[in-house]
Amino acid sequence: MSEDVQLSKICMDFGSFRAVNNVDVTIKPGEFFSFLGPSGCGKTTILRLISGFMEPTEGSVKIGGKDMKGIRPNARPTALIFQNLALFPLMPVWENITFGLEVRGVPKAQRRAKAEELLQLVDLHDSADKRISQLSGGQKQRVAIARALAVEPKVMLLDEPLSALDLKLRQHMRAELRAIQKRTGVTFIYITHDQGEALAMSDRVGVMSQGILQQVATPQEIYNNPVNGFVASFVGENNVFVGTVKGKSGDIATFETAKGQFNARLGANVSVGDTTKLFVRPEFCTLQKTASKSANSIAVEVTEIAFEGNFVNVFVRDESGDTHMVQVQNDPSIPTPALHSKAHMIFDPQSCMILSEATDTRSGH
Amino acid sequence: MQELLRRYGISLSVIMVAMTAFWLLALVVIPNLVLFKFSFRLYLPVDQLGGPNDVYTLKNYATFFESPIHINVFFSTILYSSFVTAICLAITYPLAYILAKVLKSTDTATFFLVLLVPLWVSEILRSFAWFIILSMQGPLNAVLLGIGIIDKPIRWITGFQSVIVGLVYAYILFMLFPIYNAISALDTNQIEASEDLGASMWRTHWRVIIPHSKPGIASGCVMVFMLCAGSVIVPTTLASTNSRWFTEIIQQWMFEGLDWNTGSAYAFLLLALCIIFVSLVMRILNVRLVDIAK
Ligand SMILES: Nc1ncnc2c1ncn2[C@@H]1O[C@H](COP(=O)(O)OP(=O)(O)OP(=O)(O)O)[C@@H](O)[C@H]1O
Ligand SMILES: [Mg+2]
Repeated sequence: MSEDVQLSKICMDFGSFRAVNNVDVTIKPGEFFSFLGPSGCGKTTILRLISGFMEPTEGSVKIGGKDMKGIRPNARPTALIFQNLALFPLMPVWENITFGLEVRGVPKAQRRAKAEELLQLVDLHDSADKRISQLSGGQKQRVAIARALAVEPKVMLLDEPLSALDLKLRQHMRAELRAIQKRTGVTFIYITHDQGEALAMSDRVGVMSQGILQQVATPQEIYNNPVNGFVASFVGENNVFVGTVKGKSGDIATFETAKGQFNARLGANVSVGDTTKLFVRPEFCTLQKTASKSANSIAVEVTEIAFEGNFVNVFVRDESGDTHMVQVQNDPSIPTPALHSKAHMIFDPQSCMILSEATDTRSGH
Repeated sequence: MQELLRRYGISLSVIMVAMTAFWLLALVVIPNLVLFKFSFRLYLPVDQLGGPNDVYTLKNYATFFESPIHINVFFSTILYSSFVTAICLAITYPLAYILAKVLKSTDTATFFLVLLVPLWVSEILRSFAWFIILSMQGPLNAVLLGIGIIDKPIRWITGFQSVIVGLVYAYILFMLFPIYNAISALDTNQIEASEDLGASMWRTHWRVIIPHSKPGIASGCVMVFMLCAGSVIVPTTLASTNSRWFTEIIQQWMFEGLDWNTGSAYAFLLLALCIIFVSLVMRILNVRLVDIAK
């Protein structure tokens, strides 16, 4: 039903520009894997390498153990859902869905039945004979998914398929896509620049920057243990402190900054003596009246309170004038701090990390 | 119209509209109406004009239907015009596809420039060039003899073959541009989606690209067909004695016979019959006129 996808040290050059640099990852059969990264980092290029519209300059793409070199997209066991969907406007919905079967010579009656079945699967009844232009954005989305599923691909490739939808529908379609993936068991490779989407849907996430795969891990791992500053700041919010690593005991290091000394976990590739950054998530910070002895603490003044519904963002300013954010759950029984009140921002050494910058970018090339 | 007024003010707008109207009326509508009226009158000696014989009649039109030779020429004109249209389509469609979707846009620009340069030369010179190329002692025979493909010169300018060559050359760009535009407007992702779903290149053309470019193909075909059927210069330059074009007969009536009445009747017949033919073909191929206008 599903196959693994093995990307072995693939590079893709456009002229002298390296769009994908040494990406090496194996996506397991039946996995929901997301590539997450900012615009232009090479995500679409990776999908096009897997689907066969491009061949890598270096390295190889294997699907189910079979090297895909020289195999055209129409002979690969993949189905691609394009960012703009690319439905065929001149065919009715059902012909769109079964186009892949039509080219395989499946008779019309059988195709029609399959279309009805797939329309059920994507929760789109009575639309078989509609024209594409008569569908809403979300419905087109479902037709595109059904069209890709019709060819029973081993691997489904999705290029930011939800980016054109509004927030509500997007959240609904996330759950839907995830459910379809579980039901069919097909390997899904999903591309997005929306971290919330990647974290919520995926079994594993690969975070990319400038053509380089920075980290591959489960969503929890990515969020709680980012390997470097790029991953930490691309996925989620952070309070950042610049400083130098002074000493180290166990996995906790002391970090000397202009605002005082902090204790924090030491990330990979960082050693004593390095000047780098400390990252702490706003929800791991608390505000207290008094400074803490055991945890890191910094004297601040509350400057702004933003009520976000289920949580509250409290913005505070330290003595050197830098702003930090503390995120607290919305709980009416606990009073929110008063504006302009003095407090101490406290964060535990276990919940903050000293990280290096992103893994070396294109300089090695 | 509002936009026109806003941009150019009232006086300039009036001048522009008036000039367009003048062009349409004075140079297109009125001369045609005059000829149309002519076509229902008899060709009479000057002294009988206005006399009892000067009546409205269908006799000029009947002349055509009573002449098997003219009917024959009419059908070969339709036949060979269709033939030229088909050849143009067969050459142009792949070319338009390559220009629109395969080549880089900088290469496309150069290519179009090269294609357009010959248009700077007048049609009569271009037909004449073919006359020279295809003549018995011309370069084509010389080359073929030189590389040993033939061992004695071939008479190219006989039957309709030289006319076909000339017409294809003269009007092929009228086919290329609409098809190129239509294919360019197609989202490349659609072609890729088709291939990704397993379609062969042929299937992708048949099911995705051709249906999308059908309006462009239709307008190219209508244009080329009408231009061919109405062409005068190419047939007169390149036809031989055994191949006559319908326009040549109209010309004969008008300039050799000085019978403008029968000549205009023939001209309107050509127009009407071509329109009927084109609409029939469009009906069969299920293309609507509004699609073409788009
Ligand atoms: N055919 C091409 N020729 C030259 N450069 C290209 C080509 N395709 C992509 N690039 C370049 O490669 C880089 C990565 O492009 P890619 O489309 O993979 O980005 P992406 O991560 O999908 O971005 P987005 O989120 O904006 O879609 C970009 O800098 C882009 O300009
Ligand atoms: Mg992209």
